Amino acid sequence: MVQHSQSNQSRWREDPRYRIARREAWIGVGLALANFIWWYAFAYGLGSKPVEEYQYIFGLPQWFFYSCIGGLLLFIPLVALVVRFFFRELPLEATPEKEEEEGREST
Amino acid sequence: MNLSVVLPMTLYLLAVFIIGYLSSRHLRSTPHFLQAYFLGGRELGGFVLAMTMVATYGSASSFLGGPGTAYTLGLGWVLLAMSQLVTGYFTLAVLGKKYAIVSRKMNAVTLVDFLKERYRNQWVVILSAISIVVFLFSAMAAQWVGGGRLIQSITGIPYEAALFIFAVTVLVYVAIGGFRAVAMTDAIQGLIMLGGTILLLVATIQVGGGVSQIINQLAEENPRLITPYGADGSLTPLYVSSFWILVGVGVVGLPQVAVRAMSYRDSRAMHRAMVIGTVVVGIIMLGMHLIGVFARVVIPGVEVGDMVMPLLALEVLPPWVAGLVLAAPMAAIMSTVDSLLLMVSSSIVKDLYLNYLRPRATEQNLRRLSITVTAVVGLLMFVMAIRPPELLIWLNLYAFGGLEAAFLWPIVLGLYWKKGNANGALASIVIGVGTYLLFGRFWPDPLGMHGVVLPVLLSLIAYVVVSLLTAHRNQVEQREIVQRFWGA
Repeated sequence: MVQHSQSNQSRWREDPRYRIARREAWIGVGLALANFIWWYAFAYGLGSKPVEEYQYIFGLPQWFFYSCIGGLLLFIPLVALVVRFFFRELPLEATPEKEEEEGREST
Repeated sequence: MNLSVVLPMTLYLLAVFIIGYLSSRHLRSTPHFLQAYFLGGRELGGFVLAMTMVATYGSASSFLGGPGTAYTLGLGWVLLAMSQLVTGYFTLAVLGKKYAIVSRKMNAVTLVDFLKERYRNQWVVILSAISIVVFLFSAMAAQWVGGGRLIQSITGIPYEAALFIFAVTVLVYVAIGGFRAVAMTDAIQGLIMLGGTILLLVATIQVGGGVSQIINQLAEENPRLITPYGADGSLTPLYVSSFWILVGVGVVGLPQVAVRAMSYRDSRAMHRAMVIGTVVVGIIMLGMHLIGVFARVVIPGVEVGDMVMPLLALEVLPPWVAGLVLAAPMAAIMSTVDSLLLMVSSSIVKDLYLNYLRPRATEQNLRRLSITVTAVVGLLMFVMAIRPPELLIWLNLYAFGGLEAAFLWPIVLGLYWKKGNANGALASIVIGVGTYLLFGRFWPDPLGMHGVVLPVLLSLIAYVVVSLLTAHRNQVEQREIVQRFWGA
């Protein structure tokens, strides 16, 4: 299974791609948080009024329009922009300089 | 029933068969059978990746149960359903490139492979594999029942026969075609779901006399139908928000979803999939649930929630279009079942058999075994679904939450936190699943939230505390793991 032979324990270098990966994961968390706040604020901010005071957009109650439809229309381009400008293209292969771990299929 | 409804569905089933056959020919030529059969050889592009994630996740509940509840509760339920928008981008972003890179380094083909390399503990492996088999088996059974009932209600053929048609279709293409067949059919099924949703929404609005008209009528019947609180006022903000864990961010912990995050070709595929996935999941979830609410005006007085969508389609669409649209819930069910089936069989073959029973199995052997296990699990399922046992129904209710409580932290913290260790993972799995099942039995909706929230929090605490408390043990091994996982 796993070889216990890596002797140079103190000298190892973290894969530089992970720093980028970690940043992108946090960006994902940020997006989700923003998504939740948008969704919650409009739904309960505008939706908790008495129904008689509701205003309507395209026939839908304002709270619903902003929270659900607006949320969708906002987050699609937002995700696209974030991916375009903040996500980096990386090779995903196990690092080439290190010899490939023998896969069990190829033994 | 009506031939013009049945015909499109038959064509659809045929198409699915053909894809299964083509994929099986592809499998014959590959040297890495297990990776190809259970993971499609890590070759998915952005579009197929997005579709297979959405389709795997969107199941019978998105097309039958969900709209049915929206019909009863009103716009509040659509609001709740929109918590799923986040699944379109969150899973891929959070597991992200790290997961893809690590799984390549470790040559991991299943989620359990990943856990095995990360924690090097046989109990983590066995417990995970068993949770997957038990929970997903029961989740699958429920979907099969749904599939059978749906065919029955549309075509009028008896339930057992309908179930048989459904079972044979899924079994054949999954067993012979593996992951590639599942992903390819998922792509088509996703498109059908998307198209069906849009068609039905437009037709419903038209028949209902426009959105304003429909909303007015709803408000006249019961003003609460157009508030975020539900027709009976039962949807509190806290309760609705807690679904962000169950059907939103927690989805990262579902093995059938997580495994897809190691299946893509390159980072460009992942980027595209995040955008496409968000579009598709958003439109389907918003559309289907809104349709459910609007249906209340168009076809009032439906008693069985699951029947709202089929009845509505037959009511507002010309028969042959209805046939196409009704292929959507069918597609949703199939695309979920096929992934679950493959997931269960990979857990049995790869995680249990290959790890503990016969580590030296030959390629030929595995090939035969994988296909046989997939077929046998499917057949077993079919027999169970004819008259589903109580235990199965009970387990199904807890399947998704249970898996999330078990795997969320061992996956996410395992990826990003160097101090996480096997003891922490074990504690997390045991506490997560244990408290979830216990609360479900004795303390439903604790503190006004969905039952999954507290167990997910408790399993987080368990993971962190136990990992820190046991950090002094196995330091050498932990260092090795960290170097192998994090090292360049």
